[in-house]
Amino acid sequence: MADENGNDHDPTPLRRPGEGVPPKPEGEKPSIAGDVAALAGGLKTTLSEFFKPVVTTMYPEEKTPRSERYRGRHYLRRYDNGLERCIGCELCAAACPVGCILVIAAENTDEKRVSPGERYAKTYEINMLRCIFCGYCEEACPVQAIVLGPEYELSDTSREKFIYTKEKLLEPLPPDVEARLNAKGTAVPTPAPLPNPPPQGGRETTP
Amino acid sequence: MTALYNDPVGHWVVVTVAIAVLLFVVLTATAYTVWFERVALGRIQRRPGPNRVGPFGLMQLAADGVKLAFKESFIPAKTDKVLYVIAPTIAVAAAFLSWAVIPIGLWYNVQYWIADINIGVLLIFAFSSLNVYAILLGGYSSNNKYSLLGGLRSAAQLISYEIALGLSLVPTFMIVGSLRLRDIVDYTVHWGPYTGPIPLVLVTPIGFVIYLMAAVAETNRAPFDLPEAEQELIGGFLTEYSGLKFVMYYLAEYINMITVSALAALLFFGGWYLWFVPPVLAFVAKVIFFLFLYIWLRGTLPRLRYDMLMRLGWKVLMPLAIANIIVTGIVLVAVQG
Repeated sequence: MADENGNDHDPTPLRRPGEGVPPKPEGEKPSIAGDVAALAGGLKTTLSEFFKPVVTTMYPEEKTPRSERYRGRHYLRRYDNGLERCIGCELCAAACPVGCILVIAAENTDEKRVSPGERYAKTYEINMLRCIFCGYCEEACPVQAIVLGPEYELSDTSREKFIYTKEKLLEPLPPDVEARLNAKGTAVPTPAPLPNPPPQGGRETTP
Repeated sequence: MTALYNDPVGHWVVVTVAIAVLLFVVLTATAYTVWFERVALGRIQRRPGPNRVGPFGLMQLAADGVKLAFKESFIPAKTDKVLYVIAPTIAVAAAFLSWAVIPIGLWYNVQYWIADINIGVLLIFAFSSLNVYAILLGGYSSNNKYSLLGGLRSAAQLISYEIALGLSLVPTFMIVGSLRLRDIVDYTVHWGPYTGPIPLVLVTPIGFVIYLMAAVAETNRAPFDLPEAEQELIGGFLTEYSGLKFVMYYLAEYINMITVSALAALLFFGGWYLWFVPPVLAFVAKVIFFLFLYIWLRGTLPRLRYDMLMRLGWKVLMPLAIANIIVTGIVLVAVQG
């Protein structure tokens, strides 16, 4: 049978009363004893569950384990000698699909050397309300400066507090995570300090 | 004590103090019944239940109470405002009034009661019938179709099960020969070497089973909680109630639960008599046992369909109760001659 579109399908027939109801098994007539036994069976099940231990994770005190690759809040890393890894290249901001990263770079000088590269991030802000924790910034970073840590309890009391500034992002990573990142060979050897920057002052950075 | 009680002024002093104590005890008991229910239901589902406020979550009800008390007292538009406000107060008043005639054995020879009436049980049934008005008026005045349906269901349900509830106790009255609750508890038998009070459930087991089922329906508890059926009626008669008015209905439901449990203990399980256990502890233990039974049923059984509820009430429980009365009558005549 085909409808006006030429589709061939079986129309679902309406069920007549009693149709499709499985027949009662032979020799099992509905009886009061059977009903009472069914009730007792149900009560027995719930009572046995009552005496079993609870399975709830007592959340704030007890936490379920996170994956090693869990993507929580961001961290900006430092080299062992204390220099910041971030070289202000803004690749993370470019990779970010929601545009929640703001990087304003500045030139390193011999008097004030912040990162081993030519430039460093003067301002580094992440809007955690916008961030979708995709991890693209981590993938884009050429010097493994920005990583996503294991913390996921980020609630706070005002919108302003969700703009994570550079000071907050530069907090040290949990030691176990730092050790894991270093063991993976992502640690870049500290480059030698640059020669003096050109006296012309270099390019102007744009926010 | 008896001299003070017989003095006309002392009588009122005793009664006033007793009422104050009763209010405090029943309200506290209600709060902890709610806590007990939530913990027990949680354990049945392998959850811990409330455990944050205070030790073991025991202060949870204080927190809930404060929250509900400070809620805006909201009355929806186009409601019958007078009835809307009066209905929950009827529920609480009726629930508390039942406790006027419930006696409790405090110590071996000391018993407590506010009113020792020779028609005590009848009075309790009268007050529990008032609950119909609370639910029906609340459902009617809310100007909400779900409330109205809940109220109508409740009226039909309570009227149907009141018959079975009343008839299930008639054999007890026939055996004891009194409706005074203290007489029923004190009912003493001389069976061979044994002389003393017995749990009447041994004499009228069928009456007890009917009472248990009818009482669950009478207090609108699962599996007979059709008036508030959340899944179908969005809370039934409670839909439009919030804040303190909601608290009153809630309170009434749990007081009724304790009343019916206490009544089961008094009528069928020898009240405060339990071997050598101090009467108060024996009574409380029995009440807690019945409360647990209630919660256990709620955690196990799904809600009955409306026609099943009516069928059970009219076609099973009522004929069974009448047959129970007839058989008890015949046996009584045969035994007593």
